[in-house]
Formats: sequence, structure tokens, C-alpha cells
Amino acid sequence: MPMALETVGLERHFEGIVAANHVSLSVEKGARRALIGPNGAGKTTLVNLITGMLRPSAGRILLEGEDITDQPPDQRARLGLVRTFQINQLFASLTPLETIGLAVSERLGAGADWWRIVGRKSEVVQNIVDVLDRFHLTDVMYERTMTLPYGKQRLLEIALAIACRPRVLLLDEPAAGVPESERHELLAAIAALPADVTVLLIEHDMDLVFAFADRISVLVNGAVFVEGTPDEVARDPRVKAVYFGDDLDA
Amino acid sequence: MSTPLTAEIAHHLAARARWRPAEIAFWLIALASVIALPGWHLLLTQVAILGLFALSLDLILGFAGIISLGHAAFFGFGAYVAGILAARGLVAEPMLALVISGVAAALLGWATSFLVLRGSDLTRLMVTLGLALVLYEIANRLVWLTGGADGLSGFAMAPVLGWFDFDIAGHVGYAYSLAVTFVLFLLARRLIFSPFGLSLRSLKENALRAAAIGIPPRRRLVAIYAVAAGYAGVAGALLAQTTQFASLATLDFERSADVLLALIIGGAGYLYGGLIGAVAFKLMQEWISGVTPQYWGFWLGLVLVLIVLVGRAPLQYVRAFLPRSHLASAALRSGRG
Repeated sequence: MPMALETVGLERHFEGIVAANHVSLSVEKGARRALIGPNGAGKTTLVNLITGMLRPSAGRILLEGEDITDQPPDQRARLGLVRTFQINQLFASLTPLETIGLAVSERLGAGADWWRIVGRKSEVVQNIVDVLDRFHLTDVMYERTMTLPYGKQRLLEIALAIACRPRVLLLDEPAAGVPESERHELLAAIAALPADVTVLLIEHDMDLVFAFADRISVLVNGAVFVEGTPDEVARDPRVKAVYFGDDLDA
Repeated sequence: MSTPLTAEIAHHLAARARWRPAEIAFWLIALASVIALPGWHLLLTQVAILGLFALSLDLILGFAGIISLGHAAFFGFGAYVAGILAARGLVAEPMLALVISGVAAALLGWATSFLVLRGSDLTRLMVTLGLALVLYEIANRLVWLTGGADGLSGFAMAPVLGWFDFDIAGHVGYAYSLAVTFVLFLLARRLIFSPFGLSLRSLKENALRAAAIGIPPRRRLVAIYAVAAGYAGVAGALLAQTTQFASLATLDFERSADVLLALIIGGAGYLYGGLIGAVAFKLMQEWISGVTPQYWGFWLGLVLVLIVLVGRAPLQYVRAFLPRSHLASAALRSGRG
């Protein structure tokens, strides 16, 4: 059985800087994988490469065994490879209802329908309700996204990805900037992700990482530095060295 | 589980697209003008045509975020196709000729979309401007086909649908132009409330995220660009048919600028902006040029500068009564349907 997501010797250079250095990751189906590393280690670059927002200088990307290296981002999303963004990428003047409706319509093949009104299909509405309900967004679903509190926007950021019904989900620092009071709702939503969805989590918050992941990859200077179970990684002296600031960036 | 919520959301989504009283009033007034203002029909025909043209620009600028300085390319192309069809006696019936002109312009839009959809706003301005200039020179050169600088004239129009003969006072021409504009408006209204229309707005707001949730940006933008080009072509064809004249002026830069101004005056992104802007623009033009025939451009320019400086406030409050899903202010969110 093929891996849910696999990168083979992925490389990306920016004017002499190696942002991704021969990254080979294998993530099995249903896994909870965390990707950690110091600032500038190339974590977001890797997400951009995997989702097609950046083109790799070399290497391949496989989604369930299928080579998607040359597919555009929208095609990858339709194949079930979906991401969230470290900095919210939402539709400021749309409401959460419209935002989720957009993704659901698209996924159910109604996205190019120019004749029917949005939500005319009951299947679409049912799916919208499920997602809004699951992420506690029904109370703000008629508000414009730009007026929502940050925590709610963060939830919408993830809800929008879930509405695409991903097979592989890449979460880029989902808890970043969420105030303590709104954090619980977000963490609960992440913990409740369907078990068959493969998740690759990028996060600085180590409590979240160790509570969530069944396996951790440590990225340093664009390369996979250490990989193992949370216990193995926690005990690895090299990881400690990286995190407590011993050179390596030099 | 949550059936009441499902029903409420379905209801809410349906209500988004419901006709508001102000919209119905708008079209009733337009209909009334057919009967009540016979002396104005020649001018109102120009208003309807500019309104349709501005609606076309709104589809790409207001809803998809594609700026164009050369939208007259499609307007003029449609005008010439209609003119040639009539002058050569290829298609006598105006309505059929109108459809053919619109389709031809849409095809041109589709064919040139790959040039326009790459790059930033600035490149789009340049490319659209360039395309209109190229078309202008082609029309200027192909004298045997287009009449060159003299334009195409002297063609007689057959009665619309074989029944309604164009009259010198422009009554039939106005009813015909208004009816076509209304039908195309209905289609555009349908389109913007559809999933396709929503996806256009998402592309305008955040193309990166739209692609990340599986919306194919290019395909959607090519589609709306072609549709808008078709609308512009129909507007141009209406002008050629109602004036029985197709000239280089239909491809002129000034026409691209006028339509952009009309749309800006009325406000982009809520579908009525082009129509309201066309009424304001044409009436202003008519009135000022009546007062000072030589220098109307000066006064028009001054009024435009003032409108932009004052923030278009006088016209924008009209939006409160129109469909509220677009570009709306917080006020429009109160009292959801």
C-alpha cells in the first residue's frame, strides 16, 4: 500500500540559499506527523512545495503513490491534498457561510455551475452545516470574515480546509497567535479531525506537538535532521542542542 | 441532526438572491420610460447601450478583479460584426445578428484571455489597452471590409424578429436595446449568485486561497472574461444596429475610458453600478454639452474629479437598497433576510 504522502529528494534553492535540502518524507495513511524545527528551518517552504505554491528545483512529490510534482495547486487540492496557512488566508468580505459554501460547492462538482443559486442542492447545504457546526461557527456564519475575532478566523481557516474533505491535511502553525481564551476550541477541533485523514502538523508549540503527533520529523537548515516517535525525539541530544541554540545555523 | 439549521441556511442562501423592492422599482422605471419619455428615446438608447457595456466591464472588474483599459476592443468588434452582417446582407434579422456578434466577441475574448490573465494589474492595463489599439488599426486598414476611416454606413436594418421596424425617432431601437440589456442583466444576476459567481469573488479576494481549496483560477477567469467580452460585443452590435453605423469610434480609447468612468461613477461589484453610472454619465454629458457645447469635456472632467474626491457618497447609498452580498458596508448586514 502506497504512502499517503511522500517526498523524494525534494530540493529548493533561493538565490544560493538552500531552503529545502533533499527532503525525503514518508507519511503513512492516517498518520499524525509533526514537523518541527527552528525558525528559518524551511518548514513553510516545504509545505509550499508539497502543495504546489512553489516549484521544486529537484525531487518528486507523491500523493498516494501518484506523482503530483507537476500538478497546479488547485488540482492537488481536488485530489485531496489540502493545507491551511500560517497567516490566515481567508476571503475578507465573504461570510463563513459563503466561504464554506464555496469549498463545498467546489468539492461536489457544482463550482462551475453558473445557473443555480448557491446552496440550491440540499447535499451542499447539509455539508455546509456539518462543517460550520463542527467548528462552532454557526453563531457567526452571517458575519463578514473580516469582522470576526481572531480565534474564530483561525477556526474558519481550518474549517475551510476540512470542507474540502482532505485525504492529506497540512496544518501550518494552526495555533499561531490564538489568544489563550480561544485556544481550547481550536485544539479540540484539531484533536477531533477524522482518523482516516493523514495530518502533517507544523507547530512551534511543543505541548501541542507532543500531545498530537505519533511521529515527529525535525527540520534544520532545510533538511530532515532527526525523525522518530515523540519519545525518541524528546530524548535525542542533537534535537536538544538545536533547540537550545547550539550553533548549526552557522 | 440539525434540520432546523439546514432549513435556515437553505432559506438564507435563497434569500441572498431574492429581488429587492428597489431593484423592481429600477426596472419598472426603465419600462415606464419606454411609454412616458418618447422624446428621449434616442438618448436613452445610448444610455442602455452604455449601461450594458458597463455591466460587461463590471463582470470582470467588479466581480473577478480584472482591470481593463481596452474594453472597447470587444464593443467595437461586436459593432463591426453586426455592421458587416447587415451591410453584406449575410444575416438580415437583427436579433440573430446580435447573437452572432455577441458570440464572435466572446470568442475573441476567449482567444485573447491568455494574454490578459497573466501578470499584475499594471500589465493587464497595458495589454488590454494594446489589444484595443491593435484592433483599431486593423479596422482602419481593412477598408474593403470595414470602410476604414469612413466606417460602415448606409446599411438598412430589417425589422426586429421580422415585425418591429426601426423608426427614425428611435422608439423601436430603445425598446429593443432595453429588452436586450434587461435579458442579459437577468443572466448576469443569475451568474453572480451561483457557485460560479461566488468562486469569482473568492478569486478576486484571495486567489492563493481559492486555488488552495481546489478552485481552478485560470478556467474561471477565462470563462468570465469571454462572457464579459460577449456582453460588450452585444452592446457594440446594438449601437451599430440602432444607429446603422459602425465606425472606428467604437474601438476608440475614449470609449474604453468612458465605460470605466461610468462604472466608477455608479460603483463596481453590485451589478447596478454600470447601469446607474451610465444614466448619470450620459445625462451629465447631455446636460453639460447643452449648456456649453465646446467645453463640455472640461466640466465633465471636473464633475468626475469631484465625485471621486467626495468618495462617490451620493451614489453609493443607493446600494443599501440593492442586493447586499457585494462590497457592502456593515450597514447592509443588518436585518438579514
